Amino acid sequence: MKSEVITANAVAATKVDVAQVAMQSRGYWATVGQRIMRDRVTLFFGGVILAVVATAVFAPLIAPNDPYAASMIMRLKPIGTEGHPLGTDETGRDMLSRLIYGGRLSLFMGIMPVLYALAIGGTLGLIAGFVGGRVNMAIMRTMDVLYAFPSVLLAIALSGALGAGIENAVISLTVVFIPPLARVAESVTTQVRGLDYVDAARASGAGPLTVIRVHVLANVLGPIFIYATSLISVSIILASGLSFLGLGVQPPEPEWGLMLNTLRQAIYVDPVLAALPGVAIFVTSLSFNLVSDGLRTAMDIRI
Amino acid sequence: MLAYVLRRILYVIPISLGVTIIAFALVHIAPGDPLNAVVGADAPAEVVEKLKRDYGFDQPLAIQYLRWLGRALTGDLGLSVVNNQPVTDTLLRAVPNTLLLAAAATLLGFTIGALLGGLAGYYQGTAIDKIATGAGVAGVSIPHYWLGIVLVIVFAVELRWLPATGIGPGGSDAWKLDLEHLSHILLPAVTLSVIPAGIITRTVRAAVAEVLSQEFVQALHAKGLLNRRIMLHVIKNAAPTVLAVMGLQLGYLLGGSILVETVFNWPGTGYVLNDAIFRRDIPTLQGTILVLAMFFVVLNLLVDVVQTFIDPRMRRG
Repeated sequence: MKSEVITANAVAATKVDVAQVAMQSRGYWATVGQRIMRDRVTLFFGGVILAVVATAVFAPLIAPNDPYAASMIMRLKPIGTEGHPLGTDETGRDMLSRLIYGGRLSLFMGIMPVLYALAIGGTLGLIAGFVGGRVNMAIMRTMDVLYAFPSVLLAIALSGALGAGIENAVISLTVVFIPPLARVAESVTTQVRGLDYVDAARASGAGPLTVIRVHVLANVLGPIFIYATSLISVSIILASGLSFLGLGVQPPEPEWGLMLNTLRQAIYVDPVLAALPGVAIFVTSLSFNLVSDGLRTAMDIRI
Repeated sequence: MLAYVLRRILYVIPISLGVTIIAFALVHIAPGDPLNAVVGADAPAEVVEKLKRDYGFDQPLAIQYLRWLGRALTGDLGLSVVNNQPVTDTLLRAVPNTLLLAAAATLLGFTIGALLGGLAGYYQGTAIDKIATGAGVAGVSIPHYWLGIVLVIVFAVELRWLPATGIGPGGSDAWKLDLEHLSHILLPAVTLSVIPAGIITRTVRAAVAEVLSQEFVQALHAKGLLNRRIMLHVIKNAAPTVLAVMGLQLGYLLGGSILVETVFNWPGTGYVLNDAIFRRDIPTLQGTILVLAMFFVVLNLLVDVVQTFIDPRMRRG
């Protein structure tokens, strides 16, 4: 990636062209922006994420039917039924409307834990890395204990103990994502803390909070932000998985994982219908993964 | 190096203690009385009191923890509050099934991942690379419980080639090596293998690309070595990293198999855990989590130690 930029600059330097010369003095973010604009995969899947989010936000405007309206005589109608383009579920509710509304809870439960963990884990890692010594020991060894659990097991154990429900599922997933984010924040902070310019800032009288705000945060935010975006993909799969097990969203709320669970009884009647909610989870999770990869490459971040 | 290995082994002690505390604490973050599963809300007070004494729930928390820990160390994980069976017995039946499924999935995932990742790393930047890398990303992005359902739909419901659920014919609850049991493990193992396959694809691709970019590879080329022989060097150099990732994946699958076990009614730890959660059988929940987490801790240790012996540069702090 670097060599590409160097070549581009070399080409630019040989031409006497105002626009090309301007390109030479591009800043970091302009470079990142241009790399993203050239990356068709990232752009496409970024568009998919926007579309999924927009669909969820504007669900009441888009959904053709009431996602809760059940009908005894309209149960498990196949795809292409009049008035129900994607058929109906096991209680006769419109599948398309439920998939559209389902994105709201699936996205919420996938994204919120990562945001909470980003705030909590990031802060813990910053403190551990910046203060060092015993504080670092205390924080990072606690994280090690949480790390000693396979993530899926920890999420299921916690929400199993706390009891089913959206809030408890979000809490459990937050706990699962705190240690990895704290680790990334800690390792970057520890690296930055030892650099000369941070010493220089401190020597010229900057307090610890100023040093963190001005010098450390700028370096830490990039990596943990990228890492967090890659966790969203995992989080969406796990959150829907919890609902699939009956631990997250409860009926009759529309949510992709829960729909997948309740439609399991229909796999002998209408297999395609029963598999539909999983497609939504897959596409969303895949998009977040690919966009995260694209951003990482564009921002030239190695974790 | 021995000092490092020893220190790494000793580090398992505080981590394990932390694990036991979390596993124990799970009971106490649980809302409601742990005895709710045994007695109804209208049970006479003296019955409840007696049961509390019997299960030791009347003691202070620290005492309860130490007692539980002491018993756990001797292999006694208490009695299930649902069926009064020793939790250890239930787990002794379930753990081998989960281990088998996780091992089969890791092996399968490793084979697929090494193949795709090797191809992608060797043919870097070509269409082959893009396809293999894409398959890897799809592997880590796919909700595996959904993949399980899709595989059941295709191979059990539509084609009728393979059984949909269970570990063997006629409600068998232990696996043995015969054609019937092999056909039962195929779908769950494939389902569970997509995650390690995806992750190992990425790891192998990165490792191969990294080794290929080193100067000694150029030297080998200059020496006139054939590509095939050079790949042998590459494999030797990439192996430690890949093995470590594989070991960790096996650990993740031990905990991660719960969703797949639910889809396929596989009589392993995931099934036990699921059952314990919905019947609020706290001792079983505690015991299962403790055992699975300890497996993971030991696996982590093994990976670190083996890696140190293969490649002393790899020490993890």
